[in-house]
Amino acid sequence: MKSITRQKPFDEIKEELEGLDRIYIIGCGTCATMTRTGGREEVLDMKDHLQEVGKMVTGWTVIPTACDEMTEVALRENNGAIQNANCILVMSCALGVHKVNSYIDKPVIPALDTLFIGIEDEPGNFHEVCAQCGQCVLGQTAGICPLTACHKGLLNGPCGGTNNGKCEVDKEKDCAWTLIYQRLEAQGRLNLMRKYQPIKNYQVVPRPRVTKIV
Amino acid sequence: MATSFRDALNSGKFVITSEIGPPKGTNLEKMYHHIDLLKDKVDAMNVTDHQSSVMRFPSIGGCLAIKEHGGEPILQMTCRDRNRLALQAELLLAYTRGIRNVLCLTGDAVPVGDHKEAKGVFDLDSVQLLRTIRQLESGKDLGENDLDGAVEFCAGAIVTPEATPIAPQLVKFEKKIEAGAEFFQTQAIYDLDNFGKFMQYARQFPVKVLAGIVLLVSARMAKYMTENVPGIFVPQNLIDELVAAPKGEVLNKGIEIAGRMIAALKNDSTCDGVHVMAIGREEVVPDILAAAGL
Repeated sequence: MKSITRQKPFDEIKEELEGLDRIYIIGCGTCATMTRTGGREEVLDMKDHLQEVGKMVTGWTVIPTACDEMTEVALRENNGAIQNANCILVMSCALGVHKVNSYIDKPVIPALDTLFIGIEDEPGNFHEVCAQCGQCVLGQTAGICPLTACHKGLLNGPCGGTNNGKCEVDKEKDCAWTLIYQRLEAQGRLNLMRKYQPIKNYQVVPRPRVTKIV
Repeated sequence: MATSFRDALNSGKFVITSEIGPPKGTNLEKMYHHIDLLKDKVDAMNVTDHQSSVMRFPSIGGCLAIKEHGGEPILQMTCRDRNRLALQAELLLAYTRGIRNVLCLTGDAVPVGDHKEAKGVFDLDSVQLLRTIRQLESGKDLGENDLDGAVEFCAGAIVTPEATPIAPQLVKFEKKIEAGAEFFQTQAIYDLDNFGKFMQYARQFPVKVLAGIVLLVSARMAKYMTENVPGIFVPQNLIDELVAAPKGEVLNKGIEIAGRMIAALKNDSTCDGVHVMAIGREEVVPDILAAAGL
């Protein structure tokens, strides 16, 4: 799983940091490093930017994986610099922001927007693969998720907006249902596309979503 | 109880429908004028549902106006803006107000319209919406709850005979028929040979097909649609005809082309009728019909 993020505009970060002048920065060594939004280099850039606008950076760290249990250890090790700060700026996806928030009472400010869960198909090119709907249909759609890869999330085939295998919202994007058709045809399983897909259950796990593994 | 548009479809006559585009705002004068102009010349009038995802007076409001003016409305319903509760509720409202025809569409994508940041709903798709109508007719809603008073609709859908590639569209076409579509209004067609081939295929199904006729108002529009509108392809010879038309005569040439196509479809019994779309030029629809000899 890769959490794909984008750095917020610096003005927006500055606005969120209003009245908070001593800042500790946390980056993430996993997804945010890969997407070049919250790795070591970006954290150091952020430090410079903040100092340029008169903020004091009390310290920084790049936690190997901001969303896992080791985050607590990393925070304890950097406790001095964190105590000196009046807020934490987190350059990870929202999972890391949550994790940090759960250990610290000080304000935790996200520097990134979490866009989607995706994979890198070619270097620097990420695409969303799962909408976490709770009812996987990939077995019937040749491994292409219509809920995610179709702009409208259609379950029963393409809309009339598709043209030459591309999507009506963006000529650069593939029409998911054209791809599904082609792959099912190659697999000799077009009967799956002919089958009626019933109306989706959007409350498989009602929000807020929680689950307990027993 | 059969409906009058359904009666027209089943009568064997060459059926004619046209389209009313509701206004952006509360001034309904132009819409009333178009309704009055067309109501006795066509078998039914579609009312578009925030066409191209541009916010307008609602489709159901236009349909009610058609009823008040003594015409036969076809309620266009997209899945873009309403979830299953709202769609069902609107079908109940439509039925109680005498609207008996519904065209089920997916709906254009939100970002192509004028409220680009809106949330697209798409709780249902067009196939599921057709099934929803049949479910409500059975006296139950989508939650399997009993209705105190059911509905009855002549339900239709759309198909794009010139889509590329066509095969995935035809899978959906057949699913729409299985879901209860009785009639189809097609995306604009211009190549009658191509459309004839589509009809040879479509004739195996128990549905009525009305060919989409979009009035060409200029060569530029024809080229624009060919390049930008999915599933629309205007052959070069028609573009040449528009280019060759004398200044001030281009609209008349477009009317002549549309009329000629309709006449050919009727004379050859290619399909069951036509759906005439004169986007923004509704006042010339009677001229198109006259040019077709109707």
